[in-house]
Amino acid sequence: MSERILFRGGRVLDPATGVDRVADLLVDNGRIAALDATADGARVIDARGCVVAPGFIDLHTHLREPGLEYKEDIESGTRAAARGGFTTVCAMPNTEPAMDNRSIIEHVLRDAGTRARVRVLPIGAVSRGRAGKELAELGDLAAAGCIAFSDDGAPVWDATLMRRALEYASAFGLPVIDHCEDPSLTGDGVMNEGWVSTRLGLRGVPAAAEEAAVARDIALAETTGAHVHIAHVSTRGAVDAVRRAKARGVRVTAEVTPHHLTLTDETVAFGALGGTELVYDTNARVNPPLRSRADVDACVGALADGTIDCIATDHAPHAVTEKLCEFDEAACGISGLETAFGLCMRVVHERRLPLETLIERLTGGPARVLALGSRVPGIGTLAVDAPADVVVLDPDAEWTVDAARFASKGKNTPLAGARLKGAVVATVAAGRVAHESEVAVG
Amino acid sequence: MTSVRATEARAAEAPPFATGSSDSVAWQRRHLLDLDDFTVDELELVMQTADTMKEVLSREVPRVPALRGTTILTLFYENSTRTRSSFELAGKVLGADVINIAASSSSVAKGESLVDTVKTLQAVGADVIIMRHSRSGAPYLAARVVESSIINAGDGLHAHPTQALLDLHTMRASFGSVRGRKVVIVGDALHSRVARSNLWSLTALGAEVTLCAPPTLIPRGLDAGEGTLPPVHVDTDLDRAIEGADVVMALRMQLERMNGGFVPGMREYSRMYQVNASRLARAKPGALVLHPGPMNEGVEISHEVAHGLQSHVEEQVANGVAVRMAVLWLVTQHGRRRAATETE
Amino acid sequence: MLDSVIMSPDDVRRAVMRIAHEIVEHNRGTDGLVFVGMRTRGVPLAQRIASAIYAFEGVAVPVGTLDIGLYRDDLSRRGAAVNIQPSDLPDITGKRVILVDDVLYTGRTVRAALDALIDYGRPERILLAVLVDRGHRELPIRADFVGKNIPTARNDDVQVRLEESDGDEYVRVAGVAGAEVSR
Repeated sequence: MSERILFRGGRVLDPATGVDRVADLLVDNGRIAALDATADGARVIDARGCVVAPGFIDLHTHLREPGLEYKEDIESGTRAAARGGFTTVCAMPNTEPAMDNRSIIEHVLRDAGTRARVRVLPIGAVSRGRAGKELAELGDLAAAGCIAFSDDGAPVWDATLMRRALEYASAFGLPVIDHCEDPSLTGDGVMNEGWVSTRLGLRGVPAAAEEAAVARDIALAETTGAHVHIAHVSTRGAVDAVRRAKARGVRVTAEVTPHHLTLTDETVAFGALGGTELVYDTNARVNPPLRSRADVDACVGALADGTIDCIATDHAPHAVTEKLCEFDEAACGISGLETAFGLCMRVVHERRLPLETLIERLTGGPARVLALGSRVPGIGTLAVDAPADVVVLDPDAEWTVDAARFASKGKNTPLAGARLKGAVVATVAAGRVAHESEVAVG
Repeated sequence: MTSVRATEARAAEAPPFATGSSDSVAWQRRHLLDLDDFTVDELELVMQTADTMKEVLSREVPRVPALRGTTILTLFYENSTRTRSSFELAGKVLGADVINIAASSSSVAKGESLVDTVKTLQAVGADVIIMRHSRSGAPYLAARVVESSIINAGDGLHAHPTQALLDLHTMRASFGSVRGRKVVIVGDALHSRVARSNLWSLTALGAEVTLCAPPTLIPRGLDAGEGTLPPVHVDTDLDRAIEGADVVMALRMQLERMNGGFVPGMREYSRMYQVNASRLARAKPGALVLHPGPMNEGVEISHEVAHGLQSHVEEQVANGVAVRMAVLWLVTQHGRRRAATETE
Repeated sequence: MLDSVIMSPDDVRRAVMRIAHEIVEHNRGTDGLVFVGMRTRGVPLAQRIASAIYAFEGVAVPVGTLDIGLYRDDLSRRGAAVNIQPSDLPDITGKRVILVDDVLYTGRTVRAALDALIDYGRPERILLAVLVDRGHRELPIRADFVGKNIPTARNDDVQVRLEESDGDEYVRVAGVAGAEVSR
């Protein structure tokens, strides 16, 4: 049940409303009640020295339910989300079976209603069975509550199908989120193509595999006037293409993951802790692959200047055995919800991104991309009457990543043992405490 | 007096009392995965040890009890009679028990994971697991999950360290140090674990290495700079690249590269990149011709060169046993050194 | 704490000379003799003995070198160097082989050397010459020619240094006082 909660003494930082000052924030009855409030009898969360911000929104989460509950389920996935400061997650449809029809969406929403710690918004498949052949019933999916369409995990490879999907979805005001990859250029590639892939003898995926697909999607968005959202942008060329398209008014938006913002392909070779011994870290196998330093720098720049609209985790939990194997055989993906904030804070501590911008790209940014405010008024803000989705952050708290303690079933992180500076102290979702840091950080 | 003098003469070129200084070369490796982090001293130690093994092989009855009681398993996920039997012979000459496991005949075929397989082999008492695998990095995974020594007998496109060591041994047997020598590696370097391992050892010892192939078969990122990949020259013109070479190493050209669109066809490839007599004439007189085998005669190498006076292909095979004996000896001493409590 | 020089360079020289004479006397000449020095310090000792014999007999006895690294058993290999070098032996079949080493201790390295020698041929007989016998045998092996018997405790450290291999020359015992002394 939602509580009366007073966040006392924190730096209230809400990019959407422009508030940035030390204040007491009161939530009540599942809504933001007042700023500078005092409230007798309310539960008090001591936020002194911390930042109080809107709860994070993740446009790209693999909750794996239905069908792949051995990797993750709605309960564990949303618990992980809460621990990562996320109060809204958008569930990707690459489940078993795929979320390509109304009844599955209703099932997911019903399940989420009883077992989710945070808000779950479903993304419907673009094509039936995500097979890339025929459109799914997008109208029915929209009516069931989908907030976007995607065949994520795979690109919508047929350009005509993509065109039709964009056109058709625009009738419901919903975008298509595309996993941009030209499979004929990817070939057998398993990591970024460059000196690291040569060193490891692993087949490379050229940046062009992503850039060619991004260019195609931009052309289709321009042709149709519809909104395309580019999932997990990872290369300098893709970022440049989005920047140029936005400049001429194309309806294109983009997201970047915390790992593409911070880790390079060298992580595959040497691990996130560095070193000189080769580790072939399967936990760093992800699609799109971790890229070069120049690509990472381009993503940071694009996130700062707004070319990239938001951060999305692409949280992709897997079972241990799917990663404890040869690199070529390993599943793609990183369990990212619980490390997202701390990892992104690296860029802030390196003074390459203001904290205010980071918060915006985790809150207002994603809400704007999917126009979530029309569905959940006030989402991603701390405006009065907005949903009581609040996160308390300690930007300077240092902690060591221990995958064994993840709430997510997916322990697959290349960051195990890494030190992160920036922690989620508490998460309140819809007026309920969804997460409170068990150890005092600071 | 002759015999005394003979010993003294040898002493001048390789002091028989050099063990004092060689003792200072620490061998800390339990595994042999690649040569990428080998020091010059370590490479020298392997070469020197291989010389000793050659002496053993030259005996009437080439067998010593050095590894008596040691169990060596060969675990080959790819067929390679040549490499497997070379290791098998090396182990047997040293007195070890060698058991061959063909991956297709074991539970591997039933879908057992690599991790489970090597753990099982460790449990049955493998001191050394010699592994050939089609996936790059597979021996690194094995080395992380077992205590047995892992020797990489070729992993995917990544590394084939014993092949590079035997290539080095063959070169040194011909002209001593490779420092300043020009080595041209011709062919599909992109898909060649032999080329990759050779780059590390040859450049560490100061050789000048040139990769020569069509651009589609040259690995990416060779110009990424210091701390990334070994320094190497790239040339797409074999007639130019082979000029003045001390060593010409031809790589196997596989038919499927043509299907993959890397080259238009074998006819054009062999016309442009075959090591033949007229091209070899541009190399230094007496330049060594090497090939990791098996050869596609008429494709990457002409029949006459493959079997000509400058071909050292058979010597490579013979050196392979000595070098693998050296590697087996060295990695198995690691554990014993660790257990050392007393000295005699 | 016992730590003392047991043999000076002159002591070593005299011991080598005496062994050389004993060998020739025992063998009634130099016919059929072959010296095999065990690496490391057996090699210069064998050469010194051969040189001494050349000086008073005018005969050059062949000298070979033997590396027993590949013949050690597990225990004697403990702490041994990984470094091994090729052995270099003249034909030993039918010869009287004088195996030469610096220190005789447990006998295990000599056992290894015997195994190695037999792999190279079939000598008529094998005799053993050592500069120092420090006791504590673990195998039924004895030296035929001994430079000096030195009683030691098991955990004493007997250090032999020779000019050719070490750039210095002495025999020293470093050990713990009160330890059991054996002959």
